[in-house]
Amino acid sequence: MTPSSLTGQRLTAIFLLGWVLFDYPLLFLFNRNANLFGIPLLYAYVFLAWAGLIALMAWVVERRSD
Amino acid sequence: MLQGWFIVVASFAYLGVLFAIAWYGDRRADAGRSIIASPTIYALSLAVYCTTWTYYGSVGRAAATGIGFLPIYLGPTLMLSLWWFVMLKMIRIAKANRLTSIADFVAARYGKSQLLGGLVTIIAVVGVVPYIALQLKAVSNSLFIVLHYPDIVMPARADALPLLQDSTLYVALIMAAFTILFGTRHLDATERHEGMVAAIAFESVVKLVAFIAVGLFVTFSLYEGFDDIFSRAYAVPKLQALMSFSGNYGSWASLTFLSMMAIMLLPRQFQIAVVENVNENHLRRAVWLFPLYLLLINLFVLPIALGGSLYFDSGEVDADTFVLTLPIAFQQQWLVLLVFIGGLSAATGMVIVETIALSTMICNDLIMPTMLRWEWLGLSRRTDLSWQLLNIRRWAIVIILLLGYLYFRVAGEAYALVGIGLISFSAVAQFAPVIVGALYWKGGTRPGALAGLAAGFLVWGYTLLIPSFAKSGWLPVDFIQHGLFGIELLRPQQLFGLSGLDEITHCLFWSMFANIGAYLGVSLLRQQNAREAGQATLFVDALRAQQAPGARFWRGSAQLEELLPLIGRFLGPKRARAALDQYAQRRGVASLEELKADADLVVYAESLLAGAIGSASARVMVASVVKEEALGLDEVMNILDEASQVRAYSRQLERQSQELSAATRNLRAANERLKELDRLKDDFMSTITHELRTPLTSIRAFSEMLRDDPRTDLVERKRFLGIIVAEAERLTRLINQVLDLAKIESGGAVWHTAEVDLREVIQHSVDTTSQLFKERSVALDVNLPDAVPPIIADRDRLMQVMINLLSNAVKFCALGSGSVDVRLWREGSMLRVDVADNGPGIRREDQVIIFEKFRQGGRSSDVLTTKPQGTGLGLAISRQIIENFGGRLWVESAPEEGRAGAKFSFTLPTQAMEDKRSKEGSA
Repeated sequence: MTPSSLTGQRLTAIFLLGWVLFDYPLLFLFNRNANLFGIPLLYAYVFLAWAGLIALMAWVVERRSD
Repeated sequence: MLQGWFIVVASFAYLGVLFAIAWYGDRRADAGRSIIASPTIYALSLAVYCTTWTYYGSVGRAAATGIGFLPIYLGPTLMLSLWWFVMLKMIRIAKANRLTSIADFVAARYGKSQLLGGLVTIIAVVGVVPYIALQLKAVSNSLFIVLHYPDIVMPARADALPLLQDSTLYVALIMAAFTILFGTRHLDATERHEGMVAAIAFESVVKLVAFIAVGLFVTFSLYEGFDDIFSRAYAVPKLQALMSFSGNYGSWASLTFLSMMAIMLLPRQFQIAVVENVNENHLRRAVWLFPLYLLLINLFVLPIALGGSLYFDSGEVDADTFVLTLPIAFQQQWLVLLVFIGGLSAATGMVIVETIALSTMICNDLIMPTMLRWEWLGLSRRTDLSWQLLNIRRWAIVIILLLGYLYFRVAGEAYALVGIGLISFSAVAQFAPVIVGALYWKGGTRPGALAGLAAGFLVWGYTLLIPSFAKSGWLPVDFIQHGLFGIELLRPQQLFGLSGLDEITHCLFWSMFANIGAYLGVSLLRQQNAREAGQATLFVDALRAQQAPGARFWRGSAQLEELLPLIGRFLGPKRARAALDQYAQRRGVASLEELKADADLVVYAESLLAGAIGSASARVMVASVVKEEALGLDEVMNILDEASQVRAYSRQLERQSQELSAATRNLRAANERLKELDRLKDDFMSTITHELRTPLTSIRAFSEMLRDDPRTDLVERKRFLGIIVAEAERLTRLINQVLDLAKIESGGAVWHTAEVDLREVIQHSVDTTSQLFKERSVALDVNLPDAVPPIIADRDRLMQVMINLLSNAVKFCALGSGSVDVRLWREGSMLRVDVADNGPGIRREDQVIIFEKFRQGGRSSDVLTTKPQGTGLGLAISRQIIENFGGRLWVESAPEEGRAGAKFSFTLPTQAMEDKRSKEGSA
């Protein structure tokens, strides 16, 4: 396996995206007394963002085309 | 049903199952059919990251700080996205150099230093001991609680019990025994334990299933789904605070960073991710599957924490035990058993892998280097040390677990589970600078690494570890409040007056400050030495293709008779022979006796030894039996330069050979073209001679007839002479045309260009050929506009083209019913002439060849045989003429589609267009 440079760059971009999603300004944005289907907004946000990030990583590394 | 004996039997039965899996895994591995050769198993075994900290502790943390339990899992998720190249690099390096632990990794990178390996080992052992204590605490607490089923009783303080009555001690000893059975049954040169990995993956599934079972039970059986729990929690002010971010962002970020480092640098993670990796392609799935595992195991943490807090609102039940106490409170026997087993899985998994990794480090990087120095032990005279190696590891496992127990007795009660774990995370983070430097910076030196690690470790001990003892009352608390020797600036948790940070962030800041500072500062003090420079290249350039192993950095002479016994001493004589036999086969030598003891063999022998006793000790041992020349820094640099020059040359060579092959392709194409031209010329010659011979033959035949037969009458003679004259004219015409064409093609033709009115040219041509039309009774329809712009051309040449087209058209029309349309019109800035007939048309495949010399259309595409009258040069010349004036000549016909006739068209640029073109040309 040689690390495809495109895959590597995509993963690095995902890392940067994750760092922003899970850090101060964006977390603060969702840190309010609100609910999403009865779940506190902050938790709903973190778990949804997390799941989205994982889906993105799976999509990037499992593609065989490049 | 859940009596004490049943719990104990169930626990041992579970351990028995694990052992069976491990045994089966090892057997399959020996048979060469690995059961762990699957990316899913690899990803699951990575979940050894989730210990009782996650299993019990996360709920406790969530009950105290709300979302604060999450950064420990978000960090690894982020890190996994970088694993693609970071971990890949570590795996490549470890495999190439047979590195079996993180201590080995650091020691090998900074010049195979025994001292450095020892320091890393000490930091790892001291740092991880609290973590092991955490597992012991969790298991013994959960055991205590389960044994009191169905009452809910919180465990007493451990130090209140006499030593021998403390069940934690027995838990520790049983775990030690179990680990020894698991991990030290035989000595493997690569330190791989396939059976263990299979068992760990199994445990990961068990703990995930158990935790999700509790989560489902609490969320959907005790309460009515997520929204029910959350809305009830909103009603309680204390719990409402957990719904939002209450901690500070600094600690959030530092926990994220710590866990990012921990997922790579914890000894057990290194063991599973790097040493036990079977195939680096498995990384691919781990990149997303492991984070998914983390997400799933955290999904129900908050509901359980809130549910537990709501139910046990008196606060007497420790939130760290909610996972267990909630099912107990509702008398769910089987769920309680499942949860307990799940917790046991989480703890045993961690303890087994962690202690095996640590025992390897202790043996290879601490004990062996020391023992080999002590001459009086007589180790150098023993022929087989492999059994001793295993014994050292066994004792190391026992000692590590006892140290864990000791820490638990001393400091375990002062912290919640997560608090203890974070102390270990902070210790392990001290490896981050030297490891990152090892992978990406060639400049790091041995003293720099030593200084960085030592400084970071000391600061960690002072700001985090020692205060943890003080908080448990084993050291005076004064020390925390007023600083060492009463100096306020030295207060361990507000060092130099830095306050406002939580203790982890505080420790992280100061220890990283000291660590990175010392590492960089000391590394930059002096030039690297030869070995450091060599190893740095091997590490930093590990992902470059065709990296030669370290053989090029070794020079000297060796004897096989000395190397073989040396390896045998540590691996066992039989295994040593087998390993070298394999090597001999790979090198294409019949037996190991014929092996040449060259640099490659020495390096291979060293890497074999490194697997068993660590790279630094292996270096020392090999150096003791071979004669080697020390390489100076200059020489190493030269070798590196050569290597990079060789790389550069080979790149250049590759580029040149590519250019060469491109040139060859071009030449071949040009040659083909020349051959084709040659063939065309030959064709042309033979055709032209054939063409010339036909009229000549008939001239000669008729002339001979006139000469030889005087009785021919006058009418006949006249007819013969008429033929002779016609044929001679045809011959002349042919020769003229050939000359004409040759002149045009060679560019030597004389063009009398002037302004020409195309209408007049067409009219004149039509007049000239009108006799032909009359003879064949072909209707001619000429359609000219009233005026067209003049063009610049040679009038006679255009006449030639027109007459050629007209006579062709009439030639192919049927007698009597034929009709030809001539049309002139403006098409943009061009003038276009169409000459359409209603003859048989020209097949698509003939539409190209009719413009070639001596090729004619007709009923047959065959050249020259059933030819109609004409030379076959007309269209070729016409096209040359039109193109010479910047126009185009083509034919449209589609007899295949049932449309009769062919339409020859040509265009010519008008004078306006011509002006524009010449202007552009001169501009």
